[in-house]
Amino acid sequence: MTTTVEEILERKSHAVTRDPEQAPTHDIREALFELEAKGEIVVQRVPENHIEVKTKYGRTKKIPVEHTWHHKSCGQCGHIPGYTSSIFWLHRQFGLDYIDPTDQTSCTGWNYYASATSNAVAQAAVMIRNFAAAHETGYFPMIHCGTSYGHYKEIREQLVHHKELRDEVRRVLDKMGKPLVIPEELVHYSEWIHAMRNRFAEKQTVDMSMITATVHPACHYYKIVAEDAIYDPDIYGGQRTATVTGTLQSLGINVADYSTWFDCCGFGFRHVLVERDFTRSFSTLRKIEVMKNEVNPDVTVTHDTGCVTTLDKSQFSAKAHDRKVGIPVLSDAQMAALAMGAHPFRVVQFHWHSTDWRPFLDKLGINWQKYWDEFQGDLELIRSGQKSGITWEDADAPVVYG
Amino acid sequence: MPTTQENWNPGKLEDRHPEVSYEEKERLFLEVKNDPRYEDFLYGCFECGICVSACPSARFYDYSPRVIAQAMAREDIVRVYDIISEDIWNCAQCFSCVRCPRQNNPGGLVTLLREVAVNNGLQETKDVLQGYSRVIYKVMLKGNQVSPDMLQPDFFPDWGPWVGQFSANMPVWRKAIPVDTLRGVTDAAWKTDRKTLLELYTIWFETGNMDIIKEIDEGLYDLLADVMQEELEEG
Repeated sequence: MTTTVEEILERKSHAVTRDPEQAPTHDIREALFELEAKGEIVVQRVPENHIEVKTKYGRTKKIPVEHTWHHKSCGQCGHIPGYTSSIFWLHRQFGLDYIDPTDQTSCTGWNYYASATSNAVAQAAVMIRNFAAAHETGYFPMIHCGTSYGHYKEIREQLVHHKELRDEVRRVLDKMGKPLVIPEELVHYSEWIHAMRNRFAEKQTVDMSMITATVHPACHYYKIVAEDAIYDPDIYGGQRTATVTGTLQSLGINVADYSTWFDCCGFGFRHVLVERDFTRSFSTLRKIEVMKNEVNPDVTVTHDTGCVTTLDKSQFSAKAHDRKVGIPVLSDAQMAALAMGAHPFRVVQFHWHSTDWRPFLDKLGINWQKYWDEFQGDLELIRSGQKSGITWEDADAPVVYG
Repeated sequence: MPTTQENWNPGKLEDRHPEVSYEEKERLFLEVKNDPRYEDFLYGCFECGICVSACPSARFYDYSPRVIAQAMAREDIVRVYDIISEDIWNCAQCFSCVRCPRQNNPGGLVTLLREVAVNNGLQETKDVLQGYSRVIYKVMLKGNQVSPDMLQPDFFPDWGPWVGQFSANMPVWRKAIPVDTLRGVTDAAWKTDRKTLLELYTIWFETGNMDIIKEIDEGLYDLLADVMQEELEEG
C-alpha cells in the first residue's frame, strides 16, 4: 500500500499518544527482572516517593523524587559548576533527601567516545561499580550527565543481551566484593526536573514571561536507546522529547522552534578537546547562528554537560569572525533555580559562562551588578582567609529581587 | 569494457594502503566483525542516506556513515581498512545516525572500529591521539575526564579571555562553590575517595584496559602503571 506525503503530513499534524503494547522494542525492565529471578543480577528498585512519566513508546517510567544518589558529571563539576550546584539547590529548596557521594567516578564514557582507549568490559565494570556504590547506601542513582545516561543505557542493553559480558563484569566486581547491580530505571536529572516542573512553578519568584528561549535536546539523552526518553503528547505533539521544553513552558517562558533542532551541538568528544575547528564551526554555523537568524532568542537551554560547554564557549571565536552569535547558554537546572530565586553567582555561577549573560539578566530585571559585588565580597573574605569557602548556609536562601 | 561480475566494483577507490597486506586488512576486519556487539549494530543497508543527512561530521569532512555501513555489510576489506585508518576519527559520536530505518548503528560501528585501531596500535591512530594523552592520563588516574586546572589559556585560546580570567582566579573561584564535593577541588572535578580510585585502577588492570594504553602510548602506560601499582600495593 502506498502512503502519500499528504497522509504522512496529516498524521504528523496530530498529537501522538503511543500504545506501549505496540512498542517496536522490548521492555528492558522485564529482562532485568528475569535476570534477577535467575540470580544473575540485583535490581535496585525506584524509591516509593516517585512520579510517573511517559516515554517515547508510551511506557511508564518512574522518576524518584528523593532518596537519590547523585552520579555527578565531570564536565559539569569541572567546568560549569553552577550546573551541579543548581541541581542540588533545587533539591534543598524542597527539603529532599539526597547523597552527594565521594565514592563515585565519572562514567569515563567521554574518553571512550573520544579515543576508544577502553573496552566493553571496562566500561560496564565502571558503570556497575558506581551502581553498586549507590546500592550500598540504599539511595537511588540520579545521573547528571547526558552522556553517562546514554552510555549506561547502552551498556545496560549489552549486559542484558550478552551473558559473557555479565560473567566477565561479575568476575571483576567480585574482586571488590560488589554485586552486579542495575537500577530498575536509569534516570537523568533532567527527567527529575521535568517531573518536578509544576512544583518549581509554584515556588517561582522571577517572572520569565518576557523571555524567548530555544532548546537544544541533547543527543545522548534521546538518540541512544531512544525509547527511554520522556515524550508527552502535549509537547511537540509527542514527536520530540518533552524534557527541557516542558520545564521552560511551566516557568512561563516562550519556547521558540528553529530548523536545526535535531543537529548535535558539535561537541564531538575528541573534537572539543583537540580538534575544535569542527566543534566551533558546527556549533556556531548550524546551531547558534540558525537560532539567531530564525528566532533571536534571549537564551538557549539544554540538558547536558557537553552541549552547554560547546554552545557557550564556541561563540567567542565566531564573534571574532563577525558571525551572528551572542546567545547565552544555560542548563534547565540553572533556569529553574534562577526562576526560584537562586543567587546568580553563589548558586548559578554565571561567571563560569563566557557568552555575555548580562543582557539576559537585565531583561529579567535582575540587577546582576549588585549580586556580583556581593559575590566579590565573598571572594575577598576567602582570599583573606576569613572564610574557607561558600557553603550551603550562604547559598540556600533564595534571593528576593526588589 | 562491459561490466561483469568480476570487474563490477561500484564506488570503489584505488587501494590507498597497498603497503598493508590484504591478509592484515582482513585480520583487522574480522576482529571488528567478531566483536559480540557487531550484530547489534549492523543489519544491512538500504543506502537511503538518512544517516548521512543527520550526520554533523558529513557536513564538514569527507566522511559518510553510510559508506561505513555499506563497506562493513559488503565485507569490502580494502575499503574498511581505509575507514579504520582514516575516517573513523571524524565521527562526532553523537549517534544522530541511529535514526537509520534499518536499525543500524553506524556510530556504534565506528566505536568498534576505533577499538580495533587502538588495540592494534595503528600508526594513524597513534598520530590522532598524540595530543590527547594528557586527557587519558587524567581520566584513568582521577576518574574524571576534565578538571578545573585544565582550563589554561594555552590549551583553550579560542574560548576567549574568560579562560585567562578563570585560571588566574581558579583557587578562589573553586572555593566559592557551595557543593561540598566540589569546593576547593582543582585537580579533579570532585573529591573522590581513595578506595574508589583503587577500585577504578583494579578495573583498568583486570579488564585489559592498561594493555590498550600500552599499545597506543608506551610512555603514558609507564607513567600510569607506576602510580597505580604503587597505590594498589599500599592498599
